[in-house]
Amino acid sequence: MSDIAVRVENLGKQYRIGEYVSYQTLRESLMRTITSPFRGRRSQDSDSEYIWALKDVSFEVKQGEVVGIIGRNGAGKSTLLKILTRITTPTEGYAEIIEPVRSLLEVGTGFHPELTGRENIYLNGAVMGMKKREIDRKFTEIVEFSGVEKFIDTPLKRYSSGMQVRLAFAVAAHLEPKVLLVDEVLAVGDAEFQNRSLGKMRDIAGGGRTVLFVSHNMTAILQLCSRAILLDSGKIVGQGDTRNVVSSYLKDSQIPLGEKVFNISDEDNTVELLRAYTMDNNQSIRPDILYKDPFYIAVEYQTASQVDGLRVGLRLHNEQNVPILHTATSDCSNLESLVGAKGAHRVKVQIPGSLLAPGRYYVELGIWSPGVGHHHHITEAVAFEIAGVDVDSVGDEVLRPTLEWDLL
Amino acid sequence: MSRQGHNRENNDTSSPITVIRPLKGWALLNLREIWSYRELLYFLTWRDVKIRYKQTVLGFAWAILQPFLMMVVFTLFFGNLLNVPSQDIPYPLFSYTALLPWTLFSQGITRSSVSLVGNISMVQKVYFPRLILPLSGILAPVIDFAIAFVILVGMMFFYGYAPTVRILMVIPLTLLVFLIASGVGLWLSAINVRYRDVQHAIPFLMQVWLFASPVVYSSSLVPQKYQAIYGLNPMAGVIEGFRWALLGTEPPSSLILISCIVVIVIFITGAYYFRNSEKTFADWV
Repeated sequence: MSDIAVRVENLGKQYRIGEYVSYQTLRESLMRTITSPFRGRRSQDSDSEYIWALKDVSFEVKQGEVVGIIGRNGAGKSTLLKILTRITTPTEGYAEIIEPVRSLLEVGTGFHPELTGRENIYLNGAVMGMKKREIDRKFTEIVEFSGVEKFIDTPLKRYSSGMQVRLAFAVAAHLEPKVLLVDEVLAVGDAEFQNRSLGKMRDIAGGGRTVLFVSHNMTAILQLCSRAILLDSGKIVGQGDTRNVVSSYLKDSQIPLGEKVFNISDEDNTVELLRAYTMDNNQSIRPDILYKDPFYIAVEYQTASQVDGLRVGLRLHNEQNVPILHTATSDCSNLESLVGAKGAHRVKVQIPGSLLAPGRYYVELGIWSPGVGHHHHITEAVAFEIAGVDVDSVGDEVLRPTLEWDLL
Repeated sequence: MSRQGHNRENNDTSSPITVIRPLKGWALLNLREIWSYRELLYFLTWRDVKIRYKQTVLGFAWAILQPFLMMVVFTLFFGNLLNVPSQDIPYPLFSYTALLPWTLFSQGITRSSVSLVGNISMVQKVYFPRLILPLSGILAPVIDFAIAFVILVGMMFFYGYAPTVRILMVIPLTLLVFLIASGVGLWLSAINVRYRDVQHAIPFLMQVWLFASPVVYSSSLVPQKYQAIYGLNPMAGVIEGFRWALLGTEPPSSLILISCIVVIVIFITGAYYFRNSEKTFADWV
């Protein structure tokens, strides 16, 4: 256990689902017991099914590592964290964590609306494991970070929800354990606060602390984690370099991320759309692109015969469905006759790096000719993500270009 | 028997390790762990005390009013109307002396039995020994008790029952009340997580228990042959003990003895039941 901060071996957690509702009355429980002889053994077993929320999960985390735990909803991420936090016990397996370990599964646990901000800081801090001396020492810092100095002695119920979140996070941000287990707590507050929280998380992560970070926010994972673990249906299906793990996670999403195969023909069978995909700087097909890198969107299609004036165009939409840009092969006069020639073709367009704001984008694809109109028009043909690594972004901008600034 | 979450010293590094493994069998009562979380116990109790009378005009006066008004009602109906014998002690003093430990007990039970369910988010999101929650429920009413006790001493002087050195016996008796309330509270709070009927049954349970205890009457009214069974109610011995310590009635020797045994049994079984079902609290709540 020399430099290992967390060791997990064959951890498993089984839950009973079905009739076993989360609370029963004594009457219901008695009724089940009384009627069970009549229902027979078989029916009693099938009444409640068992599922393994986690199975055979094993990994090690070295001291100072920041590891991201990702996966779809229901993959077992939160269950894993709950077991490591000791909120629930495993059904099988073993885990070891060096002390002190603190967890952040929620911000503001223990907050009571009738108590003042000051009182809630002490209460929440104590609930999270801080000693009174520690809270005394950090009190001013916590209040400063939260930005609610003026209201620190008013009851919490007078605070706006944003203020409450800021106060809660301020307390949480001042935990100083050797190991920190964090679950999705960055998904609270407005974009500006989320950004500040991310910054603080970066400080915490950089301070030699070991962090296990569960999140759906791929930008955060890519920014903070040196390593990632991918869970699916309770099992580890990927481990290692963050970019690779994130990439394989995004590829498996139901939305066509990175690549989509179509193989569809238009009505006249003149143009067949084969596939569309995004490639990074090195021409590898992947759905996640770093902010500063230029990247490519490629479309493969084939024509049965020459189509005059054929053009391939695409529009990018961001997650708010705002159309960000429009580009087409017709922008390049040298391609005009070549695009509609008979045969199989691949067109690709290079989008400059340091331009698009981090986030997810959807490609609207169109293949058009003056004679026919749209041979193909697909609104969400393929999607990709710009990862906000090394860029300061609030997350709701349309563009985030890196421009020249002058100091005069 | 494996223990969840125990710390042991590590050979290589200086920091202790938390070990996590499936809990099988009966969990030991981890008093050391509870001691290390004593600050949290303090804060949770402090919170309960602070919010109890927030936004009320009367504030802490309620702590005095409740047993006082009960005493008035009891005096009118049991003392005067029904003429319940009160061992030559003025009825108001007779019943008020009993109401103090009684209120501490019933408040403690009422609060601790819903302590787990009422703090769902904490149970689901943070680790701490769950025992702390019912314990804070039992400790919170002690402030009310202290305030009402001052009134009691005032009443004692008023009726000419000056306190003697026996008043010191109130301390061990109060601790006994804590023990009883804790034992019952542990059982009820743990069962309530799974079967919510419990929290609905509490008011009724307390009503019945009130009349099964010598609050409005003296235990000497109970026929000799039933005294032993009567003593199984741990509050019987305690209340008579309070009257003896403050007002100089008969010492409740045999009653107290049976009470103590019952209390210890309830407490130990309650603590073990609680610790055993603790591992699935987060799943049930």
